[in-house]
Amino acid sequence: MKKVIMGNHALSWGAQLARAQVIAAYPITPQTQVVELLSEMCASKTLDAKFIKVESEHSAMAACLGASLAGARTFTATSAQGLTLMHELLHWASGGRMPVVMGNINRAMAPGWSIWTDQNDSLSQRDTGWIQFYCASNQEVLDTVIQAFKVSEQLLIPSMVVLDAFALSHTYEVVDIPDQAKVDAYLPRFNPPVRLTPSDPHAFGGLTSPEHYFEFRYKLQKDMEKAPALIEETGREYEKMFGRYLGLVEDYLCEDADLILVTSGTAGYTARVGVDLLRKEGVKAGNLRIKVFRPFPFEKVRQVVAGAKKVAVVDRNISYGHHGIFYQEVKSALYGADHDVPVFGFITGLGGRDVTPDTFKEVAGLTMAKSRPEEEITWIGVKK
Amino acid sequence: MKNKKKPEKIIFQSEKDVPLMPMSVGSMLFNKTGAWRNIRPEIDLANCIQCGICWKFCPDVAIYIENEFPVIDYDYCKGCGICAEECPSKCIAMVEELK
Amino acid sequence: MKKERTMKLTLPTEELMSSGNLACQGCGATLAMRYVLKALGQKTALCIPACCWSVIDGPVPYSTLAVPIFHCAFETAAASASGLKAGLEMVGDTETTVVAWAGDGGTFDIGIQALSGAAERNDDFIYVCYDNEAYMNTGIQRSSATPYGAWTTTTPVKHFKNRPKKDIDSIMAAHRIPYIATANTSYPEDLYKKMKKAKDIKGTRFFHIYAPCPTGWKARPEDTIKFGRMVVQNCIFPLYEVENGEKYTINIRPREKKPIVDYLRLQGRFRHLKDEDIAFMQAEVDRNWERLLKKCETK
Repeated sequence: MKKVIMGNHALSWGAQLARAQVIAAYPITPQTQVVELLSEMCASKTLDAKFIKVESEHSAMAACLGASLAGARTFTATSAQGLTLMHELLHWASGGRMPVVMGNINRAMAPGWSIWTDQNDSLSQRDTGWIQFYCASNQEVLDTVIQAFKVSEQLLIPSMVVLDAFALSHTYEVVDIPDQAKVDAYLPRFNPPVRLTPSDPHAFGGLTSPEHYFEFRYKLQKDMEKAPALIEETGREYEKMFGRYLGLVEDYLCEDADLILVTSGTAGYTARVGVDLLRKEGVKAGNLRIKVFRPFPFEKVRQVVAGAKKVAVVDRNISYGHHGIFYQEVKSALYGADHDVPVFGFITGLGGRDVTPDTFKEVAGLTMAKSRPEEEITWIGVKK
Repeated sequence: MKNKKKPEKIIFQSEKDVPLMPMSVGSMLFNKTGAWRNIRPEIDLANCIQCGICWKFCPDVAIYIENEFPVIDYDYCKGCGICAEECPSKCIAMVEELK
Repeated sequence: MKKERTMKLTLPTEELMSSGNLACQGCGATLAMRYVLKALGQKTALCIPACCWSVIDGPVPYSTLAVPIFHCAFETAAASASGLKAGLEMVGDTETTVVAWAGDGGTFDIGIQALSGAAERNDDFIYVCYDNEAYMNTGIQRSSATPYGAWTTTTPVKHFKNRPKKDIDSIMAAHRIPYIATANTSYPEDLYKKMKKAKDIKGTRFFHIYAPCPTGWKARPEDTIKFGRMVVQNCIFPLYEVENGEKYTINIRPREKKPIVDYLRLQGRFRHLKDEDIAFMQAEVDRNWERLLKKCETK
């Protein structure tokens, strides 16, 4: 069934089709529509779930963890201040192996108050052990939520589905909403190997000495390492049933490209327009849009970039005291690779500053003008 | 009512034996807290009035009932002295623990 | 040993807590758990935030309890319990009683937001606060449950705690939850009866259990039960119930109200108090008792 819906509602639809059983969420602009639609779905019983109207995001994640431990499929959504308020519990979810799926609307961190998009909120959670998906269309959002549940529940690792504020969350697009029966066939009930129940009592998450802690964390990483292959496999299954494949990256004209732009989120779609414009001018450009940030798709990135002469990573985020975050990760992925591709890093669009095709033309121009990248960050669009 | 479970310490040889997330797989009965004591309670059963108060107030479940009389489980008794203090017939004495 | 007569025990004999726990000698919090589990039975699930009980239960991979536990983050006892209950119901288990089991720190201070939120929603679980009157697990720092006059490591003798104990029971009554009870490990039959009553009520139920801590109070471990009796007899910690935020019932009235000085003298944490401090504290206890009596009168 095709419907014109906003990005936020694509999250709600994904949660409904996945038959989420417990939702605990707190409103925050620009996520509010996610939870409002989910409330309606629960009230009208189109979604058989308990919606706990918690009093903060920290409590939202705490309630999700309790529900997940009981063996229920859990969903929540938040943004920026809410996500960072949950930070302690994000570690808890991954360490406790609770496969919560969460929608996060990328919104710039305060101060000052901003409701517009950049990626610092979710990227600063990169070490918490969550799988991170970055979407660029509402269709992708809905499809990703369903697949995220499948991957998370198999690995027992939580995941977040990330959308840009307003550019995606509030933009209306045509979305093909899959048939419930087909989704049920694709995504069976959550059936964890261990759950909290009096019929098989255990104490979960107690005092753990150096004698034991290391192995738990080793196991978490080992299971994370299985995620790229699993995401591709579940993606192929999804493609068979619903006709759309997500995968770890989107490769647009990279095969014969001399200059590859690396992007994520909606800026990644804008980059394709930029690539088209560059091609018209005779520049063999391509765009690599990274869809899965954690676990980082090292192999895929090396593969796609293999034939390029230069790589330009455009970050809509920054790790203060270092550089853009995708830039750091791409550089590290290419370090020691078979051939030496210079990686140029650019930062743009913080706090929702608009990213246009011209941004990418400027990026390309600056990249082509230099033979080696500089240590310093190249800022695009800052009023200097 | 004596603790019947056989206590065992759990050793994990490899990460393959370790459960997926930090959780309990065994009981604390392997931990013989009796080693904590400096003084031990001794019940004079001749004067015991079988009121059950010592059994009731033990925080370590270290007093059990056998043949209608209280018995101290010295494997676990920490020597807190509550039983002696609360006994209405004062038939429990706290004596120096002989190591 | 000749069998004189059968023992008439006032509590069921089944134990859901084993020996070998890591509690200090004479720990009131441990006794509280023993009694509460006797009342609730094996179909119980606990959410325990950071507190003494995070340690008492024993380290991974052991547990001293025969019921499952979700060891949760410090501020989240009530929120975790809300989620756990919802999750259990959605997977088909509507019988298990969910209990949030927190210390005074995780209830009065860092956990109060989640508790207030859950109580306002009337989420279906029993919240038990075992109150040893300071952050004991981290080494005896003051909490808002620390009584006026007490020494703690953050309220040293020269600057003893000079604010009254936060009245958590009135705060919870203001939420109009179906059931609130104070309780005490020196009156286990009273605690047992109230917990059994609470088990059958739906919605948020709140228990405030006085739990002596010999280590933190600088007292003898064998005095734990004596303290519990004293605070009921001198009205420092009355035993009462509040139903729907309005109906107050005192469960045990002292025949004659005893002065608090005898209680204070037995604990090192009050040793520094001067006569005028004790008089001030006595006046406060008297006032609180009068206030409680008045609440019992209103219909």
